[in-house]
Amino acid sequence: MIVVGAGVTGLSAAWWLARDGVDVLVLEAGLIGWGASGRNGGGCSHHHSPLFVEEQRLWPLMDELLGYPTEYRPDRISIDLTEHQVSIDEKVVDEAAWYGLRVDRLDPQQVRDVVPIAGDNVLAGYYYHFGGHANPHRTLQAYAWALKNLGGRLLEHSPVLSIERQGNRVTGVRTAQGLISCDQLVIAAGPHTGELAAQLGVEIPLVTARAEMIVTEPLPLLEVGGVDGNGLYGRQTLRGNLAYGGGPHEWVDLRDVSRNRAQSTPLQCNIARRLAELFPKVAHKRVIRSWAGFIENTPDGRPVIDRPAALDNVTVATMSGVGFGLSPASGHAIRDLVVDGRCSFADISSFSLSRFAALEADWQNIQGWLPLPSPGV
Amino acid sequence: MTKPLDPDTYYDPASVAGKAPPVSDETDILIVGAGPAGLAAALAAAGHGLRVTLVDENPLPLETMGEEVPLHFGGRMGAAVANRNSVLQTLLDARPQIAEALDAGVDVRLGTAVWGLFPQQRTTAWIEGSIAGLADEDKASLLRFRQVIVAAGRRDMGLAFDGWHHPGVMGVSAAHRLATVYDALECKRAVLLGSDTQALVSAHALIAKGVQIVAIVEQADRVSADPALLDLLVAQGAQVLSGHVIGEARADARGVQGITAVAIDGAGRPLPGVATEIECDTVLLGVAAIAAIELVEAAGCRTSFQAGRGGHVPDIDRAQRSSLPFILVAGDCAGTWTAKSLDDAIARHEGRVAAHTALAALGVVTPPPEPAPLPDGPVFDVAAIRAAWVRASTVHARNEPYVCLCEEVTASEIIGQQPPRYLQWTPADAAVQSAMTSSLPNPDVTKRLTRACMGPCQGRRCREQVATLLGISAGLSVDGIALASFRPPVRPLSMRQLGQVEETPQMFGHWDAWFDMPSQWTPFWLCTGQQTVARRPTGTTHTPPVEG
Repeated sequence: MIVVGAGVTGLSAAWWLARDGVDVLVLEAGLIGWGASGRNGGGCSHHHSPLFVEEQRLWPLMDELLGYPTEYRPDRISIDLTEHQVSIDEKVVDEAAWYGLRVDRLDPQQVRDVVPIAGDNVLAGYYYHFGGHANPHRTLQAYAWALKNLGGRLLEHSPVLSIERQGNRVTGVRTAQGLISCDQLVIAAGPHTGELAAQLGVEIPLVTARAEMIVTEPLPLLEVGGVDGNGLYGRQTLRGNLAYGGGPHEWVDLRDVSRNRAQSTPLQCNIARRLAELFPKVAHKRVIRSWAGFIENTPDGRPVIDRPAALDNVTVATMSGVGFGLSPASGHAIRDLVVDGRCSFADISSFSLSRFAALEADWQNIQGWLPLPSPGV
Repeated sequence: MTKPLDPDTYYDPASVAGKAPPVSDETDILIVGAGPAGLAAALAAAGHGLRVTLVDENPLPLETMGEEVPLHFGGRMGAAVANRNSVLQTLLDARPQIAEALDAGVDVRLGTAVWGLFPQQRTTAWIEGSIAGLADEDKASLLRFRQVIVAAGRRDMGLAFDGWHHPGVMGVSAAHRLATVYDALECKRAVLLGSDTQALVSAHALIAKGVQIVAIVEQADRVSADPALLDLLVAQGAQVLSGHVIGEARADARGVQGITAVAIDGAGRPLPGVATEIECDTVLLGVAAIAAIELVEAAGCRTSFQAGRGGHVPDIDRAQRSSLPFILVAGDCAGTWTAKSLDDAIARHEGRVAAHTALAALGVVTPPPEPAPLPDGPVFDVAAIRAAWVRASTVHARNEPYVCLCEEVTASEIIGQQPPRYLQWTPADAAVQSAMTSSLPNPDVTKRLTRACMGPCQGRRCREQVATLLGISAGLSVDGIALASFRPPVRPLSMRQLGQVEETPQMFGHWDAWFDMPSQWTPFWLCTGQQTVARRPTGTTHTPPVEG
């Protein structure tokens, strides 16, 4: 069994398979979590997803299941500074009601009581008694170490050069180290999932974008670290740093993703300003770094977790930019697809490739998901 | 410079298209750093009809110095540092060429730091031209430039020993700057740790400022620096303790009171019973001069470990050009070697060459200067020297000093890739622990797992130590360990200050937390199974930010 890609999705899938006693090898072109898996806000609250219930069931158990700390903490708070932001949270309240989950509406004073660094500009707040956040880096490494403890193997710096097949079956994967044969192949290679699948004649429409985040010096710990608002997503880490992102993304050419480190830009100024507005009482605290990451997206922004019909032993997975928090559940779903042929705990038909059957060839142009002209240095 | 967006092409309105960062000012040639190289570059670039802007972060805000940024000041800033005007005068007196540059028409901005260089490149194509992020004491702004000469100087490698966290342990370059640029170094009796030529040159300058160098502690069995310089220091009363490291620095509330130097064997282990007590108020860290490459590395310039230039430096050609042709590098941030430390004529020469290159790129032909001298003389095995220091001082320290002072991470925690202490995590069993090793150590992975290098000093005091420790533990030379990446802002800036670069109306008018794709957030129970086709956002109001 070979998994291509040591991001959260691939590692979680490998870990789930290894728990079943499957002999798993993960091939990673670079380092563990070097893509979007290590470059995100760490949120674990995706109520829109069919994987949500399993996500919520698993996160409180992950430290114990993996044997290593993930820094998972429960609950989320949203702080709104404008009526417009309030209207969005009201939609989330409606969706939470579908599950029967508890949401407390907070008045400005209640917001300041639970988030003392919020200011006088608060219009309303929402305390979501579900979801949470975790540390992406620690979680990634926890998957990798847990996989290793179950006998799974992981090869970093091992890009896939080609995929070998006989008829409808993949027989192995070629890397610089040679040919590695396999009975089953999972492709969960982030932005590169599309080009790898294309080698097998499977078309996965994907375009990659760059997004960025900032990190502040540590602050005293809040009661609930998962506080969003003012157009930003993010969290307070257990060390105390604020790690936040938001704002416009930049569509990029996939060829540049391998060549360039994702660079942050003056967008960090705008994120800093919005964070200072969200938490005015700590506006004097220092931003100590920023970073950027590359994220692949499907045309509708929904994941692909599917077994292409034309092939007998291949599973493809991309979470389309929302993969970290869902990873305990997405790995479980991939394991189910590989071993049982169907997901045991959720209806993931909305993740199927067949939904793109009527997609226009020039969909990227229609949606305007285009790299900008550049001097081409 | 930049092609305007094609009006007939539709660009995703939630993306950066059409929202370029707001630039408040423009220049042709930006020069970062008003030391010997930067000043020489400014004077050479001036007078050719181009706009030349010279920025230097001195005088630094006191708060920044207290964060050990950009140098390890060790709390030894004298009271005079608080008086910005008097420091400014001291700086102008110390560097008369600043006044010359002003007279030559250079736009000189003191007390202004460059916290990022942002070239328009593939994947950052939304930026128009090349932009520098500037910050003075309380403002931040963006400056567009066409060519930049980075002459950002050097800093001092940190080295952990028991008690190195006390006030009074500081970089020798930091002391040199406080003494010469600020005339505000609080230090009477100092021990110099390390003895390369750069360290001795700085120490010698400190003597002229009234500092007594009481001892030079060197782990190697002899001092390999310029012998004449060493003789001068010895003549001024410095005791030379080769084959020694600092075992401990003792301190009271005000800082260092003295050190214990311990003799070491060939493997860097302390020799029992061979210790020397020395009274001092300051320890000067001079084990290695590190090129201040953070700006150029973060901008995307290629770097490599070059022993002849003292470690990781940008790759440059004879015209001082980096791998990005509009970024030029001169002075100590292009690397240091013995001859360059002894005579700043080499740094000035590099500055003039860089100015010529920048002018030529902008169409101004000047007589070509000779290329600046290349490193010559003895090439020291910088990697082995760093490993020897870290092994003797840090690995063999008795009380496990923190290597990363901001995040409180010890050498054994770095080598063992241990989760940070605040998690209070203990492995369930030996198998759980033994999985946590890596055959190919990478400092960026170590940062993520241990938090070493992740604090407010931005890894300035520990990054070389971390790389060296990883090399020691993996049995690899330090030059084989990847350079941990640098990230802007390369100076810590408050959210309020950084946020002074405002959102443009275009940015404000369409800001979304995450991609603004309604279909992405449609609850699955409302997905009816219809086929996905391409779509553009409908209606006039954009989809709101989706929180979480």
